Amino acid sequence: MSKTYFDHVATNPLRPDVFDAMMPYFKEEFGNPLNMYDLGLRARDAIEWARTEVASLINAKPSTIVFTSSGAESNNFALRGIALARQSQGKHLIVSKVEHHSILNSARFLEKSGFVVTWMPVDKNGLIDPEVVRKSITDETTLISVTHASSEIGTIEPLREIAKIAKERNIIFHADGVATVGNIPVDVKELGVDLLSMSAHQFYGPKGAGALYIKEGTRIVPLIYGGIQEGGRRAGTENVPAIVGMGKAAELAKKELHQRIQHCERLRDKIIEGMLKIPKVYLTGHPNNRLPHHASFVVEFIEGEAMLLMLSMKGIYAASGSACSSKALKASPILLSIGIPSSLAQGSIVFSVGMENTDEDVAYFLREFRPIIERLREMSPFGKGWGDGDADEKCYVGGA
Amino acid sequence: MKFVEGINADVTADIVYMMCPMHLLKLDEMIKQLDKGQVLQILTDYDGALEDIPAWCDKTGNEFIGLEDEEDYYKLYIRKIV
Repeated sequence: MSKTYFDHVATNPLRPDVFDAMMPYFKEEFGNPLNMYDLGLRARDAIEWARTEVASLINAKPSTIVFTSSGAESNNFALRGIALARQSQGKHLIVSKVEHHSILNSARFLEKSGFVVTWMPVDKNGLIDPEVVRKSITDETTLISVTHASSEIGTIEPLREIAKIAKERNIIFHADGVATVGNIPVDVKELGVDLLSMSAHQFYGPKGAGALYIKEGTRIVPLIYGGIQEGGRRAGTENVPAIVGMGKAAELAKKELHQRIQHCERLRDKIIEGMLKIPKVYLTGHPNNRLPHHASFVVEFIEGEAMLLMLSMKGIYAASGSACSSKALKASPILLSIGIPSSLAQGSIVFSVGMENTDEDVAYFLREFRPIIERLREMSPFGKGWGDGDADEKCYVGGA
Repeated sequence: MKFVEGINADVTADIVYMMCPMHLLKLDEMIKQLDKGQVLQILTDYDGALEDIPAWCDKTGNEFIGLEDEEDYYKLYIRKIV
């Protein structure tokens, strides 16, 4: 049985050339980058090379990149670091409702610590309305944090417009770019963001490597205290192999971005077209303005977990809601926030394609998926009479 | 400790919230870029800098002009002598 991996928003396979670039730093080049002798200096040079590559991917200066252990750490660092650094100016933050748990839970922590958080609603496509952001701003607002794109529904948010509003009011603007950097063009200057979170394994780099872009002149309180690594902003001896891997993955992503987008969009569109031929299957997120490798749906009368299990028996790997929501067996807050009823949100399924996927993979998946749906619906206590309804509505939230 | 007001700095290094000993590393890095007689302003929230920077100036022969105490951080002024 062949393996069809359609869960690239969860993680990606490490590229062989990324692995090759990392290997020396596990073995002979093991020096601590703070050491003054040649072994340490070579490790430091490798980190600075990686910093230049990551910066280049997002059109930033190398000195604005701070390496972290993950996208989640970058998000925690951004939210807590900016909120604390600016608390003398105000204690109000604006955070969207379609954020990753690393943002949502950091914001909840700040709420418990005396900050006030306004949770930005989204429309039924998952889009934030910049005018609603403008109206939510108070004299106490110091930070706005918005995802560039949700890995659960794929919608790409209007960062430029929100950044403009933030700048007018001297508010720091953070974007979670974990799902976008390396997958679509990201230019921090063009977007106008002050901070941007990134994660290496989202673009064929290693797990355990992330970064936070911090615009020059932005004060931020460290999340991890200790030594002077990362310019005194993030302590701990650097994970040199992972950072080098992130640099190599960034170099490849920049070179291959156009080709990756074309390849993934074509496969994604085939999945969407095939899925919407099945009755009572609805696309979630924006119909057009979405991640090129991302197709998300809700399937009526079926639980996502059941679909995942049966797909995995066929060697097909996908996701149901965000990885965390999937494990917690509860309706995804993101799906609820775009107006999907709790019962329907249980039938969430997300397919995300990558460079190693082929047309044959998509054909195999579409061939296998329909019978799985039919079988599960026969077994479902909610499915009785499911075929009697209007099967023409194809996009639950987008109104296709 | 010598408090001063109205000092005009030629260059500013903002290292607020950056960890110790960034104040000494940044000071060393920045002073090398100045001409003799020019003034460096360091912004820091680190209390230890209040002892370390005057001591560094004594040791290296540069002049510690003094400091201003802002609400959240200090402004320390150093004139390059050597």
